[in-house]
Amino acid sequence: MNKQLFDVVIIGGGPAGLAAAHSAKLNGAKKILIIERDRELGGILQQCIHNGFGLHRFQQELTGPGYAQRYIQLVKEHPEIEVLLDTMVLQVNKDKTVIAVNPKQGVFEVQGEAIVFTMGCRERTRGAIRIPGKRPAGVFTAGAAQRMVNMEGYLPGKKIVILGSGDIGLIMARRLTLEGADVQAVLEIMPYSNGLTRNIVQCLDDYNIPLHLAHTIIAIHGQERVTGVTCAKVDANMKPIAGTEFDIECDCVLLSVGLIPENELSEEVGIALDAKTNGPIVDQRRQTSIPGFFAAGNVVHVHDLVDFVSEEGEIAGKYAALFAQSKLPENYRTLHVMAENAIRTVVPQKIALDHVSLDAVRLFMRVGKPEENLMVEVTGAGEKVLASKRLPIAKPGEMIVLEIPIDKFADAGDSIAVTTRQVVKA
Amino acid sequence: MSQVVRKISCIVCPMGCSGEVTLENGEFKTATGYTCKRGSDYAKLEVTSPKRMLTTTVRVRDGELNLLPVASDKPLPKNKVLPAARCLAGVQVVAPIKEGDIIYENILDLGVNIIATRDLAKR
Repeated sequence: MNKQLFDVVIIGGGPAGLAAAHSAKLNGAKKILIIERDRELGGILQQCIHNGFGLHRFQQELTGPGYAQRYIQLVKEHPEIEVLLDTMVLQVNKDKTVIAVNPKQGVFEVQGEAIVFTMGCRERTRGAIRIPGKRPAGVFTAGAAQRMVNMEGYLPGKKIVILGSGDIGLIMARRLTLEGADVQAVLEIMPYSNGLTRNIVQCLDDYNIPLHLAHTIIAIHGQERVTGVTCAKVDANMKPIAGTEFDIECDCVLLSVGLIPENELSEEVGIALDAKTNGPIVDQRRQTSIPGFFAAGNVVHVHDLVDFVSEEGEIAGKYAALFAQSKLPENYRTLHVMAENAIRTVVPQKIALDHVSLDAVRLFMRVGKPEENLMVEVTGAGEKVLASKRLPIAKPGEMIVLEIPIDKFADAGDSIAVTTRQVVKA
Repeated sequence: MSQVVRKISCIVCPMGCSGEVTLENGEFKTATGYTCKRGSDYAKLEVTSPKRMLTTTVRVRDGELNLLPVASDKPLPKNKVLPAARCLAGVQVVAPIKEGDIIYENILDLGVNIIATRDLAKR
């Protein structure tokens, strides 16, 4: 079996992978491969038929498929970029060989100089949140239901209860209503929604769908098919409060209870993961703990805007291309980025300093819970403030972005901290 | 004179600014708290004649997929979104289709066209 050689092998053809491929080409890579397991490129964008994509990147409001198509076109313009569809990667080795399988070639191997992980994330399931009760048909994750409704042409049910008020759950509440289903309620275990405000307004309020905050499903009923759920209010520790139970009749339960970066492949290679983001620890070039392995998009940390996924893909693709050409600048020092106080996660977790790069570093952060009147500060050695941003409101569902010129890190010591303090309202 | 202040969360972009609109005798006066003009424009429209984009799907014959995603080419009155979606539920198109093709002209006589939001090849 002769093994094909590539400068950059990209695993996953969603928005991060597409942007990585295009950027790798623009940065000098001559042979680039995208491996995608679905029957077409675009990833989850293809099932996100709602609008709101691309305001940053294309300065227009696109649907998911529209956004995907623009990137697919960019990739198709370049013969240096090869695409394998219907192809599943089984294993990635430390020597950068990739073992994959598809119906045409069977099991085969390719060799990369650099690897980019852009596998995205997957949904948490019923098993992950342990809802008691029977095991009838009619319980789906919101994303699976989205694919059914928007691409395959089936309704998952007619009377629907949605657990979790993340964006996918909210979008599906509207989508199913437009398709003629009756959405009974959306339940959220937290006292706030992690969904974007615009989605609560235009997906729930517009259709008078009730949102029960601090509520959860404590039992699913039905033998063959779901017949209903029992709900209850929860206390501050998220434990159901006795006496608050009520039943809702339904034939379908959708779960929108969080996303987990999909890192089986990266873990097998031995790449270090961040316990909070569940994605690889990366530097500002999106290089992981193993040289030559890069990662971008939802596999690193779950984003709320595809525009930022594309941006991250571009960064990873660029530096993967430079690595493949042995042009990646040598680091003289690596800084660690710590998340402190109200900040729960920060990406990148490391900053590699060299004598060449001029690109500013953008830190992407999330708070652990909703906060008001927050001052976010990035501090280096001696508590010196490198950058700051004042936020009237900060929500876990909305990423905070701070840009720092690279020269600010030169005398920042071995680590910098992203910290917060409360400020009085102006 | 009766003055009413309504809190309106902007839905134009994912920023989701929340601001306040002041109405005097039911007429729009001011919008405050939005970080861009699109936000204050939205808030004004939202209290006078609310509009929404519609995105949905139509059936496809001979296509690579069973469904084609479509969108309105401009926002329609909020109360016409559901009727327009129900109208499109009965529409079937034939592949191949190009992004931007008009799938349904002047839906419900609203002066709004429904267009394809992706290419869809023949099966």
